[in-house]
Amino acid sequence: MIRSLLDWLGNTPWSIALLESYYVWPLIESSHVVFLALFVGTAFMMDLRLVGLAFRGVPASSFIDRLLPWTRIGFAIMVMTGLLLFYSSPLRYYHNLFFRIKCVMLAIAGLNIWMFHSRIHTSIDLWDDVWTPPRAARIAGALSIVMWTGVVFSGRLIAYNWFDCDIQPQPEWVNWVAQCQIADLAQ
Amino acid sequence: MPPESWIGFFEWCEATVLGSAVRNSIYAFPIIEAIHLVALCVMGGALIMVDLRLLGVGMKDQQAGHLATLVRPWMVGALAVMLSSGVLLFLSEAIKCFYNTSFWVKMITLPIALAFTFLVRDPRIMKGAPSRMQGRLLGSASLALWFVVAAAGRWIGYS
Repeated sequence: MIRSLLDWLGNTPWSIALLESYYVWPLIESSHVVFLALFVGTAFMMDLRLVGLAFRGVPASSFIDRLLPWTRIGFAIMVMTGLLLFYSSPLRYYHNLFFRIKCVMLAIAGLNIWMFHSRIHTSIDLWDDVWTPPRAARIAGALSIVMWTGVVFSGRLIAYNWFDCDIQPQPEWVNWVAQCQIADLAQ
Repeated sequence: MPPESWIGFFEWCEATVLGSAVRNSIYAFPIIEAIHLVALCVMGGALIMVDLRLLGVGMKDQQAGHLATLVRPWMVGALAVMLSSGVLLFLSEAIKCFYNTSFWVKMITLPIALAFTFLVRDPRIMKGAPSRMQGRLLGSASLALWFVVAAAGRWIGYS
């Protein structure tokens, strides 16, 4: 079901044009990389404050009120460029091991953000000026750093075909995680 | 393009032990690239935070010079990681770089951006708050310079 949908998507004229374009694809990909600095960069700065590793004397609310809007703009650009890149080759990414790892980490990072804003941010008045925020905030900051680092790492590695389904034999766990359709390949 | 006589140096670079080691491993180049990117995030964050403040759209409750002082260790640490990982990537494909226009764009803009940040922008804002106009100039020049460095860096891989 998902596979046939992605197969159809990858055969739409715009998807093929995007994949075969000489400049457009690299331009989208470059934007995806350069805007990492805005999105992950500003997120990291806020995380360092939450963990208590940097920005002594700067209120945590100052990051949330004045820097987070820029993180959100960065995120919007990352999502748009990322979706376009996915659209250029949907089925390949769907079965890419690193793409799957990236998606899991994105989900954990997203859940972490939701937890932070619904549970921890609500009590910010109590710890806004405190150098070391409460344990929950420090954990949220640390988890964010680890997850976004993982997202950048696995994102970069998607480009390499070490574990691609069309290169067999692969270890059994790779074929399982990437849901490789070995029977299709044999045909 | 640089003088053809420089090629000897690039051939020497490519033949170094480190260059060959990275080139001969399937995994080394991609992993070093990923490290280069994570450091880009830290360095980019440290730069952008100060530049946004200079443009008047960031953390207005803090002085730009104060922010620059606070991010300095992270900025320098990330820069050290970027330079060492960047040198490793370069050594593994030095001859390709020699014939690569993006590489030279990066090699020219990188020292300018570094000098601008450490010799112009930071000394100026650490001395005291710049005027609105000065702030806007410093912030936009910094963003523009580093944008070219980053974009040219990514473009090395496409040629």
